[in-house]
Amino acid sequence: MRDVSIIGIGQTPIGEHWDKSLRQLAYQALAAAMRDAGIERTDALYVGNMLSGEISGQSHLGALVADFAGLHGVEAVKVEAACASASAAFRQAYIGVASGLQDIAIAVGVEKMTDDVGSRVTTGLAGAADADYEVIHGISFVALNALLMRRYMYEYNLTREAFAGFAINAHSNAVHNPNAMFRKPISKEAFMRAPVVADPITLLDASPMADGAAAVVLCPTEQAREFTNNAVRVAGSAVATDTLSLHDRRDPLWLRAAELSAKKAYKQAGVGPQDIDFFELHDAFTVMSALSLEACGFAERGKGTWLAQDGEISLTGRIPITTRGGLKARGHPVGATGLYQIVEAVQQLRGEAGENQVANARFGMTQNIGGSGATIITHIFERIE
Amino acid sequence: MSVEISRHWRLNPQRYRLVGEECPRCGGKIFPPRDVCPYCADNEPQPSFKFSGRGEVFSYTTVHNAPEGYEDQAPYTVALVKLEEGPLVTAQLTDVSSGEVEIGMPVEMVTRKIRVQGDEGLIIYGYKFRPQLQAA
Ligand SMILES: [Zn+2]
Repeated sequence: MRDVSIIGIGQTPIGEHWDKSLRQLAYQALAAAMRDAGIERTDALYVGNMLSGEISGQSHLGALVADFAGLHGVEAVKVEAACASASAAFRQAYIGVASGLQDIAIAVGVEKMTDDVGSRVTTGLAGAADADYEVIHGISFVALNALLMRRYMYEYNLTREAFAGFAINAHSNAVHNPNAMFRKPISKEAFMRAPVVADPITLLDASPMADGAAAVVLCPTEQAREFTNNAVRVAGSAVATDTLSLHDRRDPLWLRAAELSAKKAYKQAGVGPQDIDFFELHDAFTVMSALSLEACGFAERGKGTWLAQDGEISLTGRIPITTRGGLKARGHPVGATGLYQIVEAVQQLRGEAGENQVANARFGMTQNIGGSGATIITHIFERIE
Repeated sequence: MSVEISRHWRLNPQRYRLVGEECPRCGGKIFPPRDVCPYCADNEPQPSFKFSGRGEVFSYTTVHNAPEGYEDQAPYTVALVKLEEGPLVTAQLTDVSSGEVEIGMPVEMVTRKIRVQGDEGLIIYGYKFRPQLQAA
């Protein structure tokens, strides 16, 4: 296996892009990443996306994006793993280059949420869960997370207030991210009186869904210097799965696939949680942040929210998270989110995170969660000295 | 009939009567049925096992923004119910207002209309849970 590095990144602002189609969004991010890497061709293109079939009536995204980008004849395929689709596409690009089959590979994540009405988008998102035994009962994706959050509060004797720090931190970090959807700080009072979506989840526990695309270019580390002086290497890459349904987990409050994929990624990178300088986690809902911090070894079981209350997750804390706003405030274009996380990690490790720069960051971790935890993909990136 | 109907017809034993399986090797009670035992990975054919339908609320929430096809029922309460034989199931709660529900509340299965589907007006029935009438 060859060592692999990222030599180019690109992203679009996240929001309601009424004037742009799915293919235009994907191309915008892809072209930016290719310009950043200084390349004009690629050996392969992996497109991460969840909902194009349901929302835009468009499947076959590998060929569509390759065609629209003028990459005639290139190997291209869509990769789907619900909200973890973009990281799954990145993982395929990584495998392609690491294996030696491809010298340059591009991963692009794209989601176009605003092409259909709300209830059909809600139905599409529920497709991440079990159609026969969860979705048939009218459960929504928010509701599944609400079931988790209520049980979490019950078992660990917490009120909603314990989760406020996650949302406040994310919004505070998004203020200086020009691509973020919500660039305004929020107060604890605003968090406490936010309208309920599916109790105990409120609007300020949940990440906003919108349109967006992000992309990266990969090549073997030994060739990276031919393209750039600020390459970032992939130190660890791992995917793990759990039961599709929340109800089939013996221990619903433990993200087993997060633990498994993090342990594999730590092992490959030769590091542990104490070595990670920042963590772009999957804060689709505040409870997911707590569960992820616990499963990855940053907090003891049931104590994930303590980190948010003690300021340990801020840019100068022990383990900064969601450093550019996270899903909560940067926004969550579902099948593109994993590549936003990776692009942001590369920015941090290049020292290009501006006001949000984590000082002397060497190792950054990203984690992308599909469904209620059935697919979890963890990556560790390292600044090349 | 349409593929959509066979997809639901196939699940009638589960939806109407909570029929799962009992693993011949480890004795684990399985719902919904699977081809491989989730407890011991045994893949021999598993005899059917009918669950009692009694259990307690493990967690719950109220859905306001319903998926397509459920809008007319909103708001409604969905729950994870821990069956007395062990497994958790996802289902709606019925015959109870959301303010009365709490974790640990004893519930029992009833068969109700789950949704109406498609232009043909196919009615899908299945399990919901209500508070146990004579709680032990
Ligand atoms: Zn068994």
